Order: sequence, then C-alpha cells, then structure tokens
Amino acid sequence: MFSADLLANAVVAGVLLGGFYAAVAIGLAIVFGQLDIVNIAHPAFVIVGAFTAYILNSRFGFDPVLVGLLAAPVFFIAGVLLYRIYFIAFERTGQESLSGLAFFFGVMFIIEVSLIMAYGVDYRLVQADYIGRVWSIGFVDFPLRMLVPFSVSALLTAGIYLYLSRTFLGSAIQAVAQDRLALQLMGADPVRIKQWAFGLGIATAAIAGSLLIIIGPVEPSVGRQYIGRAFAIVVLGGMGSIPGMFIAALILGIVESMVSTFAGPSWSPAVAFGVLALTLALRPAGLFGRT
Amino acid sequence: MKFRILLAAVLTAFSFAVAAQQKPIKVGFSMALTGGLAAGGKGALIAMEIWRDDVNKRGGLLGRPVELVYYDDATQGANVPGIYAKLLDVDKVDLVVSGYGTNLIVPAMPIIMRKKLVFPALFGLAANEEFKYDRYFQIMPAGPDPKLDWSRGFFDLAMAQNPKPKAIAIVSADDEFALNAAAGARANAKKLGLNIVYDKTFPPATTDYSPIVRAIQATNPEIIYVACYPPNSVGIVKSASEIGLKAKLFGGGMVGLQFAAIQQNLGPLLNNIVNYDFWVPEPTLTFPGVNEFLAKYRVAAVGKGVDPYGHYLPPFAYAYLQVLGQSVEATKGLDHGKLAAHMQKATFDTVVGKVKFGKNGEWATTRTLQVQFRDVQKDNLEQFSGPGKRVVLYPKEWKSGNLVYPYKQ
Repeated sequence: MFSADLLANAVVAGVLLGGFYAAVAIGLAIVFGQLDIVNIAHPAFVIVGAFTAYILNSRFGFDPVLVGLLAAPVFFIAGVLLYRIYFIAFERTGQESLSGLAFFFGVMFIIEVSLIMAYGVDYRLVQADYIGRVWSIGFVDFPLRMLVPFSVSALLTAGIYLYLSRTFLGSAIQAVAQDRLALQLMGADPVRIKQWAFGLGIATAAIAGSLLIIIGPVEPSVGRQYIGRAFAIVVLGGMGSIPGMFIAALILGIVESMVSTFAGPSWSPAVAFGVLALTLALRPAGLFGRT
Repeated sequence: MKFRILLAAVLTAFSFAVAAQQKPIKVGFSMALTGGLAAGGKGALIAMEIWRDDVNKRGGLLGRPVELVYYDDATQGANVPGIYAKLLDVDKVDLVVSGYGTNLIVPAMPIIMRKKLVFPALFGLAANEEFKYDRYFQIMPAGPDPKLDWSRGFFDLAMAQNPKPKAIAIVSADDEFALNAAAGARANAKKLGLNIVYDKTFPPATTDYSPIVRAIQATNPEIIYVACYPPNSVGIVKSASEIGLKAKLFGGGMVGLQFAAIQQNLGPLLNNIVNYDFWVPEPTLTFPGVNEFLAKYRVAAVGKGVDPYGHYLPPFAYAYLQVLGQSVEATKGLDHGKLAAHMQKATFDTVVGKVKFGKNGEWATTRTLQVQFRDVQKDNLEQFSGPGKRVVLYPKEWKSGNLVYPYKQ
C-alpha cells in the first residue's frame, strides 16, 4: 500500500493537523508551561470560542476566523478576571496545587453546563466559502478546512513568540516563571504580570475554538478530548517553550497521520503518546525545555 | 343529549381527578442529557415527556398518573449502574426503561437482570447478545440477528448490481456500537465472498479523517462500509469529498447523517450516500399517529437545542413507552413476569408501526432501512422535513425509490 503519493499526503495532513493542535495548546504553553497553572478548563474555553464563532456565523454570516480574532479581547478580559479569582482563592493562600486543579475542573463543568443550558446539545457547525475546497500541488492535496487553521495557528504562534521574546511585558512573563522574587525586586508586580499572561492564554482559546469548528462539528463536551493531547504537546515541547510547543504539535500530528495511513488509525494515539514517553525518557525537560 | 355530554364530561373530569390523586406509576431511566450522545438523548426525553402527557391526559395507566424519574448519565457508561441502583432502591420506581445507546444500555443489564425487571431498551445494537436476558425488548428495528441485519440491506443492494462488486473496505470507530456494526458487516461480507481489502478501526476522538480516507482509497474498494458516531461521520464525509473518494457504494452505518443540523451543514456532500435509518418522511412509512407525534415534538423541541424534526430517535423513544404502557394495560398490573410474557407474544401498535419482538428481544423481522440521499441542496434545512431527500431502498416492503449506482459525489 506504500506509495510516494500516500506518504506525501500523510505528511502534509499531519503538518496541517499539528498546526491546529498548536492553536489549542498555545494557551496552555503560556498558562501551564510558563505560569505553572494547571488550567484543565482551557479546552472548555476553546469550545466557548467555537460556539462564539458558530453564533456569529449562523446569525450574521461572519467568517469564523474573524470572529475568533474579534472575540479574543473579550476572552482576554475573562481570563484576567478568572485569574483574579484563582489568585485570591488559592494562589495567595498557597493552596493552588490540588485546590486549584479542582477549581479549574469546576470551571470546565460550569462552562459545559452553561453551554448546554443556553444552546442545547445538538452538534454545531459553521459555513465558510473555503470549507470543502482543496488546493492541489501535483498529487499533494491541501484541504482548506485544514490549511486555514494551520495558517492561522502558525501566525498566532509566531505572534505570541515575538511578543514574549521582543517586548518588555513578554520578557516579564518569562521572568515571572523563572524567578518571581527577582522580578519583585526589580519593581514589577508578579501578580499583574501573571494576570496579563493568563488573559493572553485564554484569548488564544477564542481563536483555537474558531479553528476547531471550521474542521468539524462541536458540542459542549467535545473539549474534553483535547485535554490530554494539549498537555502532552506542552510537555513534549518543553514547558514554556513556544517554538518547542509548535514543533511538538507538528510531531504529534505527523505521527498520528502516518500511523493512520500506514498502520491503522486505532494505533495513532498509542504511538503518539509512545513518542511522548520516549522523548521524556531521553529528555525529561522536553524537546526545547531548559534542563 | 346535552345531559349525556355533560355526564360524560363530568365522569371524564372525575376519572382524571381520581388518576391525579392516585399514587403515580414511576418509570425510571438514565438518559444522555450531556456528553457525546446528548443530542439524541435530549430529543428522546422530549418524546418520552410527550408520551407521559398523552397518557396522563387519557387518565393515566391503570387509573394512576405516570411520572418519569430520570438522571443524566452524561454519556458515561460508568454512571449507569449507580443511576439504576438509585432509581430502584431510593426512588422506588415501578418500571424501568433503558437510556439511549448501546454503550449505556449494556452497563445497566447486570442490575436489571438481578432484579428480574422488564427492560425496554432504546437503540442498542446487539446489547443483549451476550446476556441473553429474556425480559429485554429492543425498540430499534435492527432485527432478530441485529449485528447481521444492521448491514444486511446495504449488502443486498450491493450484490443486486451487475456486475457484482468484489472488494470492500470496512472502517469503524473504536466503540461498542460501531464495533458491533462492523462485526456484522464483516460477517456479511465474508458470507457473500467479498474480498475485504481494508478493515480497521479508528479512535472516536479523531480530528482529521483524511489519512484514513486516503488509506482506504489506496486499497481500491468498490464498496465502503463505515460505522461511527456523528462527529466521525461528518469528518469522514467531508474528507471523502475533499479527496474525491471513488467507490460504487459508500455509507452503511454512519450515525449523525440522520440529524437535521448535520444534514443541513453537509448539504450536497450527502448526495448518493447510502446509509441506515429507521424512519424517514417517505410515503411508505406514514404509520398511524407518527405525524401527530412529530407535530407535537416539533413544538416541544423549539429553543431546546435539539434536532428540530426528530425523525430518527424520538418516534422510537415514544414507541418503547407505548409498548410498556400497552403491556401494563393488557396485564392490568405491574408484575414484571406477566409484562415480559405479554411483550414476548403481543404485537403492538405504535407510532413506528406494528412492533413484534422475537425470542431474543429484538424485532422479529428487521426494518433497518437503507436510504439514499438525493438532490440535497446547499444550506437548506427545510428540505429534510418532507419526502424525496432520503429515498428508502430497503427493505422491499417499505421501498420508495431505486438505488442510484455507482455512487457519485
């Protein structure tokens, strides 16, 4: 069954899929990777982003990606407020480890149930001109349903990377993860910086959600299936490394696609997570993590 | 004359009042109201509430009002045994019925069997195959040999073509229902001497289906049988279109293609796909009461975020309670042994037609339809409310059109 055609298309499909995974994981790379906050509710925010895209697409015909970009500032504010609650209730009192995890589990369930109460449980999909179209170069196909999410995700990743590495606030976010006390001694407020970073992480969920609903149908609980994968990507890439996260997402996407094509799709999660386990055995800090 | 009418009205009102004062008959069940199967589960609950209201308007069962007691199983099989234990031991329900779907029926079976309860079940594929419980009654019309009957029509249609197809691909999601459907398809294919060129499963949480569809295409099958749940079905149909899948017959056991929201979104991509269904608004399937029920359902479904037409599951959710209710009336009691004996021998008039159970609790004869999508237009929900878009090809007695073959996108 092996052919150059199949191989090339499997690699391309994997890269495109990995790009989408990166969009889901990038918020966690900031919140979990850099701030050490186990925000298990992140995929639930992705689903809120997907529903936002669905509502504005079905009512006003807005493009889902545009909706994602427009909704991001609102998500940012929601993230800032959520962090304030988390900080006051848990982090300030040093109970962030287990109680914080329970808190985010609770947030996830509240989001799911709220969506169910407001919009029901039916599957939601969006319409856009590019969904269903395919660009072909030779025998290699690029379905726009996957190419658009990949492109948006790549731009988002590049933007976040540049922001974190080239701006003062970005450097402060990285610093708060490394040495909170040193940052305080320099006159910066670590809580405000973490609040800003958390908001940034949640803002990316708005865009990731709009990409998810371009790819396939969404219902309120579908975010759960991305929890393990998103955390795995952050860990594989190296906690806090944005380029590492993107490469890890591509690796996971390519591995899943290759295994689906040549060995059988039921093996793909096992092989993908096997790669994660093997990488961590050889490099406990992940691909690009600081040892 | 006026006096008689007045007397009848007074007596009816009195009987309602008496029924309302009597201790209610409690019917308990778990239902997927959140999670992956909630889109179906919530629609089923609406149908069950319509049945309850209809029965109570007529004076209840045995002169007692009917009350539904239910809990959300969150589409998690692990929640189901606890729910039934609570229904039986705490809520003290009189009767039980199953939740929606194979994966949520099977976990209830041990406790139901231990208590020797009659168990009308809603859409479980071969859920009783291992248990062989004699008080299990499945409303889904899969047929006496559910695994094989589920896809029998699909294969009968394929083998009626000239020349007969020779190569088949079978792909299914890795879950109880889809694996059962695929097992039946595999057995049918082997029996017919078809060459199975692709036979694999995929994780239900798959995001991109194009590698799977491309791998199938590489094996050059003439028939492609797919068994999976709604998100998978959408992904596979979209990928098949993007890749330009070439096959003579494509479809089979895809759940989701029966739901209005998905039909609207996929639109013309559905054209010529042949897939299973149980009830569609074709003239051959206009059973007494079904249109009246669907009219009530459409009103009740507004604003609840469920399928607006409810063609797939709701009529059967109404019907399995009709079976239970008719049995209670016929046996004049709630003795589970007598109820089971009645269900085993009676033929029931329901909104999904006449229902007769076989020895294993499945329908005595299959009515798993194979329908073909025809002339589906883009972004038009209304088109699915009436006939012509899902033509019934199988079984013969319910047929409303002929197969368009080979499959063309």
